[in-house]
Amino acid sequence: MYPEYISELPMSQKVLLNATEVHIALHRLACQLIENHDSFHNTVLIGIQPRGVYLAERLKSMLETDYKIKNVPLGYLDITFYRDDFRRSDKPLEANKTKINFIVEDKKVVFIDDVLFTGRSIRSALTAIQSFGRPLEIELLTLIDRRFSRHLPIQPDYRGRQVDAINNEKVKVCWKENDGEDAVYLIKN
Amino acid sequence: MSELSVNHLLGIKYITEADIQLIFETADHFKEVINRPIKKVPSLRDITIANLFFENSTRTRLSFELAEKRLSADVINFSASSSSVKKGETLIDTVNNILSMKVDMVVMRHPNPGAGVFLAKHVNASIINAGDGAHEHPTQALLDCYSIREKLGDVAGKNVVIVGDILHSRVALSNIFALQKLGAKVKVCGPKTLIPKYIEKLGVEIEGNLRKALEWCDVANMLRVQNERMEISYFPTTREYTQQFGVNKALLDALKKEIVVMHPGPINRGVEITSDVADSKQAIILDQVQNGVAIRMAVIYLLASKIQHHED
Repeated sequence: MYPEYISELPMSQKVLLNATEVHIALHRLACQLIENHDSFHNTVLIGIQPRGVYLAERLKSMLETDYKIKNVPLGYLDITFYRDDFRRSDKPLEANKTKINFIVEDKKVVFIDDVLFTGRSIRSALTAIQSFGRPLEIELLTLIDRRFSRHLPIQPDYRGRQVDAINNEKVKVCWKENDGEDAVYLIKN
Repeated sequence: MSELSVNHLLGIKYITEADIQLIFETADHFKEVINRPIKKVPSLRDITIANLFFENSTRTRLSFELAEKRLSADVINFSASSSSVKKGETLIDTVNNILSMKVDMVVMRHPNPGAGVFLAKHVNASIINAGDGAHEHPTQALLDCYSIREKLGDVAGKNVVIVGDILHSRVALSNIFALQKLGAKVKVCGPKTLIPKYIEKLGVEIEGNLRKALEWCDVANMLRVQNERMEISYFPTTREYTQQFGVNKALLDALKKEIVVMHPGPINRGVEITSDVADSKQAIILDQVQNGVAIRMAVIYLLASKIQHHED
């Protein structure tokens, strides 16, 4: 009845944001950051490894080229060793590189991640960042905020799009530099 | 591949090249951690580790203890000199007594070769061999190879000579296995009396002349003369040993290239290595010690992630 390739399609997926919409959301987020952080003289961006790094790099280059802000400090934070599901998940945890070449003592820190789901990664990041000093304040920026799925009292300060997704659905953020296109998908298993 | 193929680290013999690479990659992350202002991660909060040292050790024990503490594990220490082993308790009994206090992992040094393998068969805990007699000392070999990788970029294709007392050395055996698995060529050099009879069966060449060996190699690993393990004399005098198998500045300067000098410690200054070499830039002895902590953190972390979590 169906052509053969149908059965090979792994799962159904729906586009949440296309390339243009991602682009608009990024510009809005960049402008909101400027509203609160002015010239970024006391602010640092921290991309959460692995997937938050692409978003953080985009925002940095957007702030520097489109909005003429000089030298926005950017670091990458890996939270693997701070996670609370060590030995509890079936998949072994894989670490990524942490690269923070500055001390965050008395700085305003903006955590940047692609999807906010249970909030546990951000909980881990809050612990991890303490190894680099005592920040003045920490804010959270996410491209996608999955509503009604939080396990912890953590909410974003800046969000690209709020999404209602149920548990067996997955939100996937694709970046041109890594996945070939800018888009956000809702994947149903 | 992000999980070790084994549940214990008993020797390099029992692990694969992929395991070694995974340990190195994990150690890279931990090396970054131990150079932070706050050098600690909370990964192993719910793991308890017993360090059982049935034989004296300062460096290895400190290194393991530091690695465990930097991972936030709970640590208990035990040394044979002050324990019931003196009263005649067997190894299994000693360890089971400790394990009944809910210990997840055992780091053990023991004078008998194979003690770790024996223990892994009989008790229910993850075992790390921190040296068993003249058999293996896997974490030392891992940190040696890691230090070579750090200094020269890669271990594969490098020529490494291990100089000195090969017969009594667990460091030598583990190093030979590790270097070969990673694609390096290995020669051993030392007095004939201190070279094991069947060493060539491992694919290792014997070189009797230190100068020739140094000219061939990229890395020279100088082993300690282990006087405490020599119940008979293997060479006439220490002075003669130093003349033939000790490295000094003049010898290294006469070579056409600059080689890397390693030593597992503790150094007998003026015996296998002179002070001016040990303190020179060519020697990476202190880097080895620093890498030791990162490597041991990686091994403990990777093995701990394989311990089943109980919901109780």
